[in-house]
Amino acid sequence: MIAIVNYGAGNIQSLKNVFGFLGEKVSVTNNPEEILKAEKIVFPGVGEFGSTAKAMKKKGLDKALIQAIKKGTPFLGICLGMQLLFEESEESTGKGLSVLNGKIIRFSKPEKIPQIGWNKLDIKKSRLLKGMQGESVYFVNSYYPVPKEKEIISCTSEYEGEEFVSGIEKKNIFALQFHPEKSGKTGLKILKRFIEW
Amino acid sequence: MLSKRIIVCLDCDLGEKNARVVKGTQFQKIKYAGVPEKMAEQYYKQGADEIVFLDITASAEKRETMTEVIRKTSRKVFVPLTVGGGIKSVKDAEKLFNAGADKVSINTAAINSPELIKKISKKFGSQACVVSIDAKKNSFKGRKRFECFVLGGKKNKRLNALYWAKQAEKLGAGEILLTSMDADGTQEGFDLELTKLISDSVKIPVIASGGAGTLQSFSEAIKKGKADAVLAAGVFHFGKYSVKEVKDYLKKQGIEVRT
Repeated sequence: MIAIVNYGAGNIQSLKNVFGFLGEKVSVTNNPEEILKAEKIVFPGVGEFGSTAKAMKKKGLDKALIQAIKKGTPFLGICLGMQLLFEESEESTGKGLSVLNGKIIRFSKPEKIPQIGWNKLDIKKSRLLKGMQGESVYFVNSYYPVPKEKEIISCTSEYEGEEFVSGIEKKNIFALQFHPEKSGKTGLKILKRFIEW
Repeated sequence: MLSKRIIVCLDCDLGEKNARVVKGTQFQKIKYAGVPEKMAEQYYKQGADEIVFLDITASAEKRETMTEVIRKTSRKVFVPLTVGGGIKSVKDAEKLFNAGADKVSINTAAINSPELIKKISKKFGSQACVVSIDAKKNSFKGRKRFECFVLGGKKNKRLNALYWAKQAEKLGAGEILLTSMDADGTQEGFDLELTKLISDSVKIPVIASGGAGTLQSFSEAIKKGKADAVLAAGVFHFGKYSVKEVKDYLKKQGIEVRT
């Protein structure tokens, strides 16, 4: 079963719906033990970096997530759930899970922030997004990750002249800056691939 | 590059036992168009980038009907869903988010208590808080300006739309859904003056609404009005164009759209 980590940071219903549509059973949980037992983990999130990181620690979720990632559980981080895998963010103080090296920075060139809407994928090297070059997905973000290891970048996108990292893959970690659950057919393809991983 | 969005609006009459999509002109004259969740699914399949549900009855006692519409729609439609009409509190908004809505759109309640914008955007993120402005050109001290109307266009608040849009942004609105009451339902084109005025003055996306008619009107709203997204209802409901036709046209005009 897929565990959707619920730490009070939004968008759980949409994810439940989309997995339901794809015929996959999910459990929505904030229980560290359940997370450790899960076959796969989805780590969503909309919200602010620092306070969310804090809330996660309070529930003991940080240790469970780190342990699950280390033992190889396929892991999908979405939006803030991607950012929290890194060490720190320009958005606020507080430490992320730090399973990936690097930090989260704010868009600097665009006039309109947050970026809201559909943007294209420029795929570098990806198992999850294979064959989806140039397809559009739905973004809502003001920040994006800058990983230290450039080889983990699975795709990038461009917003008003600023190229940014929109996907990460490293071993069992998959992370997306956009919302596959709101990205129409392309999103469904991505999630289906994760289910079948 | 970020695409310009084509948003389909479903004006919902929840007055009967079952919700129905209706369409009026200039906030009056109602025609029936169909069942909300079915229409939403049809537009999703046509390529709509987003669906907006507007409860035109805006009554508290029918709120559950709208929640049910969203619950049904969100199981099958995987693009952002926005709900507006009669939302007065964080609790109202929360119920809709829990049912599967991604954004709420507030107008009357936001003008009456601007703190609501702050509260919703703080709790659910600014992307979840759309401030809807129904504007109409009026004379004020001998000069023309756009003024905000509330209660479905029934009451003029004598509030300058330009000022209010900037205030809404400051308070944490993630987007402005800007409806021209003068153009609404006429199918004679979006109000380009209003759209450009607001779009040039805020740093959040502006959705142009009211007046969609010809294919050219969509591209003008984007090119001349500087809209980040365009919203339409009637031209789609009564079969004048499909979402795909509009997108194909915009693409030919060199406008980036999702296909």
